[in-house]
This record gives sequence, structure tokens and C-alpha cells, in this order.
Amino acid sequence: MNIAERKNRLRRTMMFLSAQRPNLIKDPYLFAPDSLIFDLEDAVAENQKDAARFSLYHAIKNLDYHGIERLVRINALDTPHWAEDVRVSVASGIDGIRIAKCETAQDVRVIEQAVISAEQEFSREPGSVLLMAALESPLAVLNAYEISKASPRMFGIALSGGDFRRCLRTTGAGGGVDMFTARGLMVLSARAAGIQCFDTVYTKLDDLEGFEKETRLIKDMGFDGKSIVNARQIKIVHDIFAPSKAEIAEAERVVMAIRENAEKGIGIFQLDGKMLDIAFMEGAERTIALAKASGLYKGGL
Amino acid sequence: MKNIAGREIPQELLDQGWKPHLGKDSYRDIEFRKTGPKVKIVNRGTESKLLNSLEEAFRACGMRDGMTLSFHHHFRDGDYVMEQVMREVARLGFQDIKLACTSIGSSAQVVADYIEQGIVTGLTTSGIRDRIGEAVSHGKLKEVAVLRSHGGRIRAIEEGSIRIDIAFIGASSCDEYGNASGKGGKSNCGSLSYAEADAMHADRVVVVTDTLAPYPNKPSHIDGVYVDYVVRVDEIGDPKKIASAAARITTNPRDLKISEDCVNVMRALPYFKDGFSFQTGVGGPSIATTIFLREHLKELGIKMGWIVGGISTPMVDLMKEGLVGAIADVQDFDLGAVESLGEDPRHFDISVSEYANPFNKGAFINKLDFVILSALEVDVDFNVNVLTGSDGVLRGAPGGHPDTAACAKCCIIVTPLVRGRIPTVCDRVVTVTTAGDSVDVLVTDHGIAVNPARQDLIAHLDAAGIHHVDIAALRDMAYAIVGQPDDIRFEERVVAVVEARDGTVMDVVRQAKPFDINE
Repeated sequence: MNIAERKNRLRRTMMFLSAQRPNLIKDPYLFAPDSLIFDLEDAVAENQKDAARFSLYHAIKNLDYHGIERLVRINALDTPHWAEDVRVSVASGIDGIRIAKCETAQDVRVIEQAVISAEQEFSREPGSVLLMAALESPLAVLNAYEISKASPRMFGIALSGGDFRRCLRTTGAGGGVDMFTARGLMVLSARAAGIQCFDTVYTKLDDLEGFEKETRLIKDMGFDGKSIVNARQIKIVHDIFAPSKAEIAEAERVVMAIRENAEKGIGIFQLDGKMLDIAFMEGAERTIALAKASGLYKGGL
Repeated sequence: MKNIAGREIPQELLDQGWKPHLGKDSYRDIEFRKTGPKVKIVNRGTESKLLNSLEEAFRACGMRDGMTLSFHHHFRDGDYVMEQVMREVARLGFQDIKLACTSIGSSAQVVADYIEQGIVTGLTTSGIRDRIGEAVSHGKLKEVAVLRSHGGRIRAIEEGSIRIDIAFIGASSCDEYGNASGKGGKSNCGSLSYAEADAMHADRVVVVTDTLAPYPNKPSHIDGVYVDYVVRVDEIGDPKKIASAAARITTNPRDLKISEDCVNVMRALPYFKDGFSFQTGVGGPSIATTIFLREHLKELGIKMGWIVGGISTPMVDLMKEGLVGAIADVQDFDLGAVESLGEDPRHFDISVSEYANPFNKGAFINKLDFVILSALEVDVDFNVNVLTGSDGVLRGAPGGHPDTAACAKCCIIVTPLVRGRIPTVCDRVVTVTTAGDSVDVLVTDHGIAVNPARQDLIAHLDAAGIHHVDIAALRDMAYAIVGQPDDIRFEERVVAVVEARDGTVMDVVRQAKPFDINE
């Protein structure tokens, strides 16, 4: 995958793993999430940051993650840890960094500079380490568009619900109504900047029904995926994001029809009574990609 | 001389008459006469067998140095009986005592001290753990210990290889004439099947209880006609450790994945049809497998014929839902199972001989379709170790593992590929407790492997589209994650014989060698 393809790869599920726990980081590919987020931040005790970085480095260096994207959540800019987190992450060969508690575009640029230095220091391909930002406060959400545009390395922004709700002084009891504005603003901002958008984790692990409901909501709102804290949640997200048989069949017909008509020099045409042009191509191709990722498409596209 | 598992049997054992194990079907058409216990009759006029103390019971039984005492493991890690009896044995100065336990959990670890002091000099058991395991592995026991499966133990008793002088049987309730039950007391364990065998075959039988019930304490799991004396103590055990709260499904995604794959394997095989039989244990994947079966049974509109072995609440729930016809019980792992036993006529206890004895007129497990078992290690020849740890020290229990694996039409081992830094799938298990000729399918979190001897199963899994790999590929994956461990070093001396269910030698355990970083 080139860098542009890597930025746009499928990320329905991004699973958090404490970098401090060997049992979690040794083989998470078994559960087939789209991305792994090795956490150096909140899941690691303050006096264990070194040990976690050590485990992270050796895991990434030595283990085969079977093509699953490997990201690191680094500690926030107001801690003494983030600079070393960046160095270790880049040195280990990680695919990208999730910036915790990102508030402004300047925060992104600070991390970007640290990443550039580390890429040079450890002889990694310039520009190969991608960035995403976690928005955890009202200020961050209001800056979502600027943050999304802050670096060509940015591939996505993610809502971080726990801290955000703390700032809003809500509990989540209202079924998500408290997050509605933030979610909407973030999807708009990410789309305007041409990057992806991810929803927050769902921490009530035994409430799979509530998790399913929330996942349907954010899919309908336009999110690309969801942060995951337990492997049991993965299949639910993938099933919800999987296109239906009818959607796949239609997408296949749309892609083929647009291609055929383009060869004949026709830009706009009708298919089954619906006006189609090149604007429909991207959506149809995304449906095929999702179908392939879900193991539902065996056709020739 | 090597046995079927490729294990070299030491000449000293062959000289003593031990024979190498030649496979699960190497014995057939055997005829033998059972040995029986000595019976001291209870005279007319004796209306109570109740004694005031264990010491009185020792005197009444004619306890002396060199005797063999037996204990059961129905109270699991909550057992106080073995420790109370053995403390009295030590206090009264008895020496050279042999123990014949059905299994040993984490209780009664004071016995490790008595092994060091020469108070206990011999041991046969099905399970051994903690300090007792270390004492034996470090060569403190004077004689060579013998590890037997549950079926192998009752076979050895009936053949006369194990002779029990006095059986001490903890019971949840008992009347003054020895009718003993695993229910009706302060600490209920349910079935007493393992203890029942000792009651029927020991020369003297002492029931130890903390709950005296009015005569007759019926229905009883052990009938008074087998019991010489009854002793009441303050507590027979810790009820919380004897029977846990009802087993719930694991939330561990790794165990759940293994269980789902296990059920998919079962479903792909021809044995998975109306009336099939099933056994499993109480580990996370086992409980989850039992629970997952429900949906598959419902979807196909079939039900299980029967479940056998150690019982847990999810099995009882399946029976209550009409998805299982009967439960043949030898042990109850949680309160739901304890309560159900005997209350519902479909849930009954069976003797350990009826459960798993290879040398009787046909045990339940001879008709078993599926058994789902765990393992500490599995090697590329499908040999399984459930006895010794990665340091070579005794810390496990063959239990019914070798019996059910040998008998079931399909034996599935469920285990994570690695535990901590230890590969579960390896080149060569430390100790063979169940030979590869009894193991059919291995389901790990990283993939499934089928014993190449079972081409029939392979064809069914292929037809169902269930992906499986060569077991060597699983070993390679395990080694790629945690590395290949060095061989464990042992001293020469044999400290334990692992006896196959037919009385031959499956493997030996040698004395553990203290770790030396310079070697």
C-alpha cells in the first residue's frame, strides 16, 4: 500500500490494547480488527510508561500482525512522556500515531515535527508515519476542521467520549443526545478535510445490545468506524458495516455501468430508472471494498 | 523399551513387572477375578457407629504404621477432612503411611511436610498440586508415586493393585449408622461417586461429617452397610470452595473464539445428531462450549441423549430446557449441579466404575460421542500432558482425561496456543498423560489441527469448509510468538509413574533438577 492508500484504508474497528500487557499485544490479529491501537496513555500506569514502551517496541519489531494497521496512542502534550513515546513508536516501525487530547491544529504540528525528527533519526521513509487526532473536549471539537487540515499525514479524527462527557457535564444517560452536536460537527469537519472520522469507545462490555444500537447510529451519521475496547465488539461492528446483498449487487452494476459508459464517451445515463454519473462511483467502490472486507464479495471487481 | 507414545520405560520398572503401554486397544477379552475387602461385621446390639474423635476411630480401625489410607476429592479445594485426619496421624506418631487419594487439590498441603518427615512414604492419586507436587517432584517421597486416571484407579482397586486399609470419607451429612450423602449438610458437594468406590473396597471405612442427620439418612450416596464408623467434626470444609456459584459464560474473547470453533467442528461431524452424548469439564472454553451448543441444538431441532462426568449448571440448564435427556453424574462443580442432583430423576449419580473403568462390563464412556478436554501441552504427535508444568514439576490431574479421550468417538482438545511465555503446542510434551492415539482434534485460538489418523474427520471438516492446518504449523506459530524453550533437565531418579488406564506405563516423571543458570 502506498501512503495515499494507507490513509484511506478501511477502519471499521480500531481496537485499544494496553501496551503494558503482553497477553493482549502478542496476538490481537486473531480477532481481526481493522486497526490496533497500542495504548501508552491512560491504560498504562504513570510509573510503568517505560516498561510499556519497551514492550511496544519489541512487539512491533518481532511479531507479525498479519497486515493489520498498528497505531500507538501517545501521551498528551501536557505530560513529560509524549516526546519519548513518539521516538519509540517511530523507531519500532509503527504505522501511525493517535494524538491524545488534541485541542488545536498547533498540537498536530508539534507532533508532526517530532515525527519528522524521529523518521530521520531512525531512517524511516519520510512521511510514512501517519497521524490521527483524538478530540476529547468541546474546544477540540470546535477546532475539528482546522485539526483535520493541520498535516498531510492526518488520516482521521476520533471522538473520545469519556473526557468529552466530563467536559459537558453529562453522563450519557440520555442515549447519546449529549454527543449529537459533537458527532455531527466532527463528521462534517472530517469530510470537509477529506479524512476519516471515528466514534468513541463503548465501555459497558456486557451491554452488547446498547453497543449495537450506538454502532448503527454512528454508521448512519456517516462515521467510518468505531474505537473498540474488547474483541467481542468487533464482529458486531463489522456485521453492521457490512453492505447487504442488494447493496453489493447494485454497487457492482453501478461500477460496471459507469465504466462501460465512460468507454463509450457517455458521462450521464440511466440505470433502472435512476440517473447516474461519475459522482456515484466513489460510493459504489466503497461498498465493494466493504463487501470484500466482510468476506461477502467474490466477484471480479 | 519404548511404549506407544515413544517414551522409554526405565529397566528398573520393567524389572519390577511394569509393562509399556501399547495403545488404547491393546487389551481385549480379559477375564479376571475381582478382589474384595475384609469385612468386620457389626454385631447385633450395636445401634450406633458414632465415635467421639478421629483418634478413637484410628484405635477402632486398628491403625498402625505402614497402612494405606484413602481420601476423596469431592470437596475439591475446600476440603478440611484430609488435613484433619493427617494432622492426627502425625500427632499420634504413625509412620510409613501410604496415601491412596482419588485426587489432591490445593487443600491438605501439610501432607508435603509429612512426606519430608517420612510420615507419608507412598502415594497414588489422580491429581497432585502445589507443595505436595513439589515434594514428590523433588524426590522427598520414599516410594515412587503412581498417577492414575479415574478409570485406572478403580481398575487398580478391583484388580488388587491398590489395597486400602482405611478409607476416610468426608460426607456432607451422615446418620449414626453410616448412611452418608453429599447433600443435606452445611457444605454440600453433591455426588460422592469417587468416595463410594473406596467405601466398597476398603477394609475399614470411616465417614467424617459435620452434619449428623436422623436415621435413616436416605437417599444416601454411600450406604451404611459399607461403613464401620462415623466421626463428627466441627467443619468438613469451606463451602465456598467446595461448590462455587453457578458457572457463567466467560467474557474472555480468546476462550469464546476457541469455543465457537469447537462447536463448529462438532457440528460438522456425523456424530452430531439427535441423541448424541457429550462430556466436558469446567474451564472457560468448556463452559462456553456447553452454552453455545444450545443454539445449535435448537437450530437443528435435535437434542443430546446424555451428558456424563463432572457436572456444572449450564449442563443442568440444557436438561431443564429439554435439550439433554439425562445427566450421569460423578462430580458436581457448582451449586446448580449440586442442587439438581437427585431432585430431577433425569439427573442421577453413577459409580466411578460405571463412569470410566476399562476393566468392567462396559462403562458409560464406552458409548460416548464427544469429549471436550483441556491440556497443559500437546505435541505434534497429539500426545497430551495435563500433569507436569513447564518446570517439569507435578501440578495437574489426569482425572478422567485419558479414559474419556480413549473411549469417545471424537476427542477434542481446546487450549490457547500459548500461555504466558509457554507454548502449548510443542515438539514433545514433558509428560504424556494421554497418548496421541486417543486425541482426534486440537482447537486453539490460532487454528485447528486434526490427527492425521482420523482421515474420516478431516473429510467431514473439509466438506463443511472448516479450515484446519497441520499441527506442526500450530507449533511453529507458538514458537514464533514465544520462542522454543530449552528442554527441561531432570535428575535420573524416577519419582512418579504415570500409569495408563489399563495398568501399563504411559510415562515416568523424574526428579526435578534445581535450576542452574551456568548449565
